[in-house]
Amino acid sequence: MPLLKVTIDNIEVEVEAGTTIMNAARKIGGSVVPPAMCYYSKLEGSGGYCRTCLVKVSQGSFKDNRPMPKLVASCRTPVQDGMVVQNRTSPEVMDNRRAITEFLLINHPLDCPVCDQAGECHLQDLSYEHGLEETRTEEDRRTFDPIDIGDLIKLHMNRCILCYRCVKVADQITDNRVHGVLGRGDHSEISTLIQKAVDNDFSGNMIDVCPVGALTDKTFRFKSRVWFTRPFDAHRECAKCCGKTVLWMKGEEILRVTGRKDQYGELEEFICNDCRFHHKETTDWIVEGPRKIERHSVISQNHYEKLDIPENGEESE
Amino acid sequence: MAEQILLKNIDVPGLASYEVYRKLGGYSSVEKALKNYTPDQVTSEVTKSGLRGRGGAGFPAGMKWGFIDKKTNNPRYFVCNFDESEPGTFKDRHIGQLNPHQLIEGMILGSYALGARTSYIYIRGELFYVLRIIEKAIAEAYKNGFLGENIKGSGYSLDLYCQPGAGAYICGEETALLESLEGKRGNPRIKPPFPAVVGLYGCPTVVNNVETIAALPWIINNGGEAYSAIGIGNSKGTKLISACGHINKPGIYEIELGLPVEEFIYSDEYCGGIRHDHTLKAVVAGGSSVPILPAHLILKTAEGKPRLMSYESLSEGGFQSGTMLGSGGFIVMDETTCIVKNLLTFAKFYHHESCGQCSPCREGTGWMEKILHRIESGHGTMKDIDLLVDISKHIEGNTICPLGDAAAWPVASAIRHFREEFEEHVKLQKCPF
Ligand SMILES: Cc1cc2nc3c(=O)[nH]c(=O)nc-3n(C[C@H](O)[C@H](O)[C@H](O)COP(=O)(O)O)c2cc1C
Ligand code: SF4
Ligand code: SF4
Ligand code: SF4
Ligand code: FES
Repeated sequence: MPLLKVTIDNIEVEVEAGTTIMNAARKIGGSVVPPAMCYYSKLEGSGGYCRTCLVKVSQGSFKDNRPMPKLVASCRTPVQDGMVVQNRTSPEVMDNRRAITEFLLINHPLDCPVCDQAGECHLQDLSYEHGLEETRTEEDRRTFDPIDIGDLIKLHMNRCILCYRCVKVADQITDNRVHGVLGRGDHSEISTLIQKAVDNDFSGNMIDVCPVGALTDKTFRFKSRVWFTRPFDAHRECAKCCGKTVLWMKGEEILRVTGRKDQYGELEEFICNDCRFHHKETTDWIVEGPRKIERHSVISQNHYEKLDIPENGEESE
Repeated sequence: MAEQILLKNIDVPGLASYEVYRKLGGYSSVEKALKNYTPDQVTSEVTKSGLRGRGGAGFPAGMKWGFIDKKTNNPRYFVCNFDESEPGTFKDRHIGQLNPHQLIEGMILGSYALGARTSYIYIRGELFYVLRIIEKAIAEAYKNGFLGENIKGSGYSLDLYCQPGAGAYICGEETALLESLEGKRGNPRIKPPFPAVVGLYGCPTVVNNVETIAALPWIINNGGEAYSAIGIGNSKGTKLISACGHINKPGIYEIELGLPVEEFIYSDEYCGGIRHDHTLKAVVAGGSSVPILPAHLILKTAEGKPRLMSYESLSEGGFQSGTMLGSGGFIVMDETTCIVKNLLTFAKFYHHESCGQCSPCREGTGWMEKILHRIESGHGTMKDIDLLVDISKHIEGNTICPLGDAAAWPVASAIRHFREEFEEHVKLQKCPF
């Protein structure tokens, strides 16, 4: 099959047919990669929900060089040969991304100081890079009580951005999904079916795919801020999964075990609950060495970079 | 009076029964098509007729049927969209309740043309009493050999089911409808792929509105060309308009497309003028989603031409000074109407009905409702008005399905045409009405 040529923010790349704009951008890497709050390359059918990855297609293909009439979700739009895409070079994209970030925040509690996700939260990153400095809402936010879904996972529905990732994990890598989205609109919620416990060998991966602090590890809750822990790659012989994990340590103590995440915050491989929740002794593991976290959030030395946002041209209506 | 294609016999007592319907010539189009036409010839008659989808988008029906993937070996499905839930739209119910056999007759024609062996009528949950009427009619059609195995000896077989939803506006969006029909949560799908390629149970599917389907028997009986001789420009045939609000004669009218709006509102044959000699203030011409227009722009275009009830004329001027024919829900308001309050009612609806999949619609609809509530109850600021415009602009075009647009357009248009009224609410710190 011949490769397709696509240009994103003036950088050209060649990809196979069927590749999405998002994955073509990831092939280039760096700042041309749109932020993804719901797409997850390891989960089939993910993406399309959050709309943070909207980009402008200024030329559809070599054959049809018209622009696409609306911004498109880069995670769900396959490239065409000769497509020209604008991400950060389009003021329209940046303006809408700001708006989407605001939409994701208007019902969000922003209780980062008491949230276990703080420091490794994609929503924090997104708001820092694309959000407004001030809030324009004065309305009450929707609220739910935190609940336990099983003994190992806590659900803070207030922080959920309804990315559907955890639903897809349960559908695709556990043998029985007992939770899902109930209700509609901004009153919809992630919930278990009639107080059922999520109890399954692979359910813990829901925590790792959750981009925010909605699903957290009950065995780690409030033990430490993540930036006071040190991550180490480690592995063990495991009959259920690959056994390759990251240990989050404080001194000699393992506070938390997670899967290994790549630069986009995606798990390299899913791990089982046995490894995640029930092996917290250093003797359980063969430690490989410190893990470099390639994320730009506070977890790596409080270092954010504000993106340059092009000047807004007045949009014509 | 316009040619009555859909409502001709609607007042005949007992029309919902097979005997009465058949005596009036019912099912003759099925006999004709099965005997004389190949499926492709049926499609070509529909294409010739120029019939456009009556569910709101106005997409040419024949063209949509042409997209169906006939190369796969998978079954194909024909589905009737009877979810009718758009505020102001109440025309499909009229057909289903009083003339169910006409819908069934159309379903057989469409199914035959598309090569479907199983077809569905998806009806909104609140219309359970209509479901009963349709189910009875389906049973009669089976008994008389128009459904089931080997219809009238033609070798063509069709099973038809009527399936109720649970009462959600979003299940009228065709891919949400298909999800719901499959027994899942009614979330719109991300397109492409379109239903003509991947539809019900992953198979090629066409979804059409009740009114679209009910026009098929006439088209087959009289020919596509006869249908296309009715109407104006690219707006062929007749259209049901459900008229409501401050008019003397609310109801359901079948008009020939191209009728002047002024005649529709003021003539005694149709709405019969504004109630109690009040004056016309504004019209929402095609169901709650389409832009509202003030009196002067609904009666005449910005260029001063008379506005007609047609796809082209109503949209003349774009959203700056025009609107859309939409589903034909015609809501008339006189000078006693508070535009802000009316908009708040619409905003509440879209907030309530958003499926919640994508963030602009899920969060933006609720936000707009809250701001409108604030303005209407006298606590709004001038900034709130601009904020509303800004929010609506960032929902529009950024969502998975058109419900987001449908929520944004009424807000943008109300402020575009009635900004002073919003400002008055802010200045007076209360609703002036
Ligand atoms: C939110 C939403 C609600 C809709 N509701 C209906 C409906 O109740 N009935 C309908 O026929 N079409 C409805 N539609 C349009 C359908 O998606 C689809 O376009 C239509 O059923 C196609 O039929 P037609 O081509 O015969 O008009 C809706 C669309 C949206 C986005
Ligand atoms: S989920 Fe992220 S943004 Fe939300 S409270 Fe937690 S850390 Fe803060
Ligand atoms: S709980 Fe987390 S993973 Fe699940 S939908 Fe909400 S934000 Fe996404
Ligand atoms: S636009 Fe609204 S109704 Fe449509 S998919 Fe998105 S959230 Fe659901
Ligand atoms: S990442 Fe593409 S829509 Fe969420």
